[in-house]
Amino acid sequence: MKHGKYPLLAAFLLPALGLYGVFVLAPYAQAFLIAMTDASGLSNRYKFVGLDNFVALFKDEYFRNALWHNALLLVLLPAITILLGLFLASLLNVGGTSKRAVSGLRGSGFYKIIYFVPQVLSVAVIGVLWKEIYNPRSGILNSGLRAVGLDSFAGDNLGNPDMAFWLVLAVMVWANVGFYVVLFGAAMSSIPRDIYEAAALDGTSRWTTLFRITLPLVWDTVQVAWVYLAVIALDGFAIVQIMTRGGPNFSTDVAGQRMYDTAFTDSRFGMASAMGVVLFFFTLSVTLVALRLTKRERIELA
Amino acid sequence: MKFKLHNPFSQGFLVIWGLMTALPLLWVIASAFKDDNEILSDPWGLPGALRFGNFARAWTHASIGEYFLNSVIVLSVSLTLTMFLGATAAYALARYDFWGNRFIYYLFVGGMMFPVFLALVPLFLVVRQLGLLNSLPGLMLVYTAYSLPFTVFFLSAFFRTLPTQVAEAAMIDGAGPFRLFFRVMLPMAKPGLISVGIFNLLGQWNQYIIPVVLVSSDEDKYTLAQGLAALAISEGYRGDYSRLFAGLTLAMLPVLIVYAVFQRQVQSGLTAGQLK
Repeated sequence: MKHGKYPLLAAFLLPALGLYGVFVLAPYAQAFLIAMTDASGLSNRYKFVGLDNFVALFKDEYFRNALWHNALLLVLLPAITILLGLFLASLLNVGGTSKRAVSGLRGSGFYKIIYFVPQVLSVAVIGVLWKEIYNPRSGILNSGLRAVGLDSFAGDNLGNPDMAFWLVLAVMVWANVGFYVVLFGAAMSSIPRDIYEAAALDGTSRWTTLFRITLPLVWDTVQVAWVYLAVIALDGFAIVQIMTRGGPNFSTDVAGQRMYDTAFTDSRFGMASAMGVVLFFFTLSVTLVALRLTKRERIELA
Repeated sequence: MKFKLHNPFSQGFLVIWGLMTALPLLWVIASAFKDDNEILSDPWGLPGALRFGNFARAWTHASIGEYFLNSVIVLSVSLTLTMFLGATAAYALARYDFWGNRFIYYLFVGGMMFPVFLALVPLFLVVRQLGLLNSLPGLMLVYTAYSLPFTVFFLSAFFRTLPTQVAEAAMIDGAGPFRLFFRVMLPMAKPGLISVGIFNLLGQWNQYIIPVVLVSSDEDKYTLAQGLAALAISEGYRGDYSRLFAGLTLAMLPVLIVYAVFQRQVQSGLTAGQLK
């Protein structure tokens, strides 16, 4: 392998590295530089302003409001999605009892196929779809509520500042749960069946089984899920952009939407880059904290 | 035996979530056949007739066909480029020892941790400097660049697991390093290539943020996801709901068909990324 190693390395690595360098690494590096200027999108002239953008940013109540929504998402999205995912996956994988062995429910393959569907849809499709479902006039949410006599709940939905955030959160949960049902299901299927049989003989309840047996044994996967959902929660830009653009009255605003508007509506590129840098460090620290907090002794199944 | 008592209860929860997932999609497809009056007056009702004209109007008047074609053109290049550059780089990193190997590997893999929107502003500036704003080639290159981290990560893990004996045998038979890669290693890596290919296919097809920023001011260059979102906004004013639902159905259909056919590979391809 020694002979002719470098021509291959050059031919195989340089094109990929070049493209990656220009469109991924360089923008990330430049973000830090642009963040310290007053660059605008309209002219090429700018001056160095040091950390002024960051100081202004932390005084900016709109940005703080947006970050607050990201923080809420950061707690709620992983918690709800993982709990629902674990619950459904445990029903599918350790729900049924056939003869003696504890097995998955009948038709569990079919459920998994259905649950996974939102994962293959574009965020644009999901956003537009739910916007129409929430449509006060023609959506199925309000007409469904009226049909069962809950007329008082059929309101403005995304037009109502008190409701909009929760409705967007619900969509994010809807879009992600199925994926984690499949992911947790794969982890659960590697748990030896005799553990469950022993628990069943001891008369352990479903909840105790889930929290005392299943959860510790799939903890690794839960940890990974938490990190990925945290990154999704800190983003949230695409779904918000499509469904509400941060409104009404900034009630669904997220940092990504603020950054987008600052850059491409207000043409304040320096400030928008500073927002990107702040979010970069948020994402980095949240990832590290999530990994640290969820760290546990790994249980080996020999 | 205790669990058996809970079965109707568990089955109930599973059915409820199944309906929560499936009903919205079925509703969109049903609404695509309705006329505006049916959509507004009876959201839960079935269409009175199968109005295929809605689809024709969405395809031509609402430019869904044009957006669709743009997405296909972009992906046909970006997906090929992603797979080629990703596989070659992954192979070099997985199979060759050289100075800086680990550094380059982590440079690529580190990109997986950060979503694209963090570098959106400078990315816009870089693409503008290169004169690639509002162009499909610009999208092709950017899609490829942002697909490389996962592709390199996944495929280098895959190349590492391939047996060395086959490679050695081919070398003894006189195959050069390039021939070895294209004729021996690449065919052996086919299962890995298919998984990561499906992952990238769906990821790039569904990409929304990148085109919204890079192709914002030329509607003729919109991709499908982007065009659909734009359509949803304009239909809100115009009130042509049936056309919007038909467009939504047309946008969902290709991925749903891919998913229905390659269901197993799609699930394993998309979950593999998170388990490693």
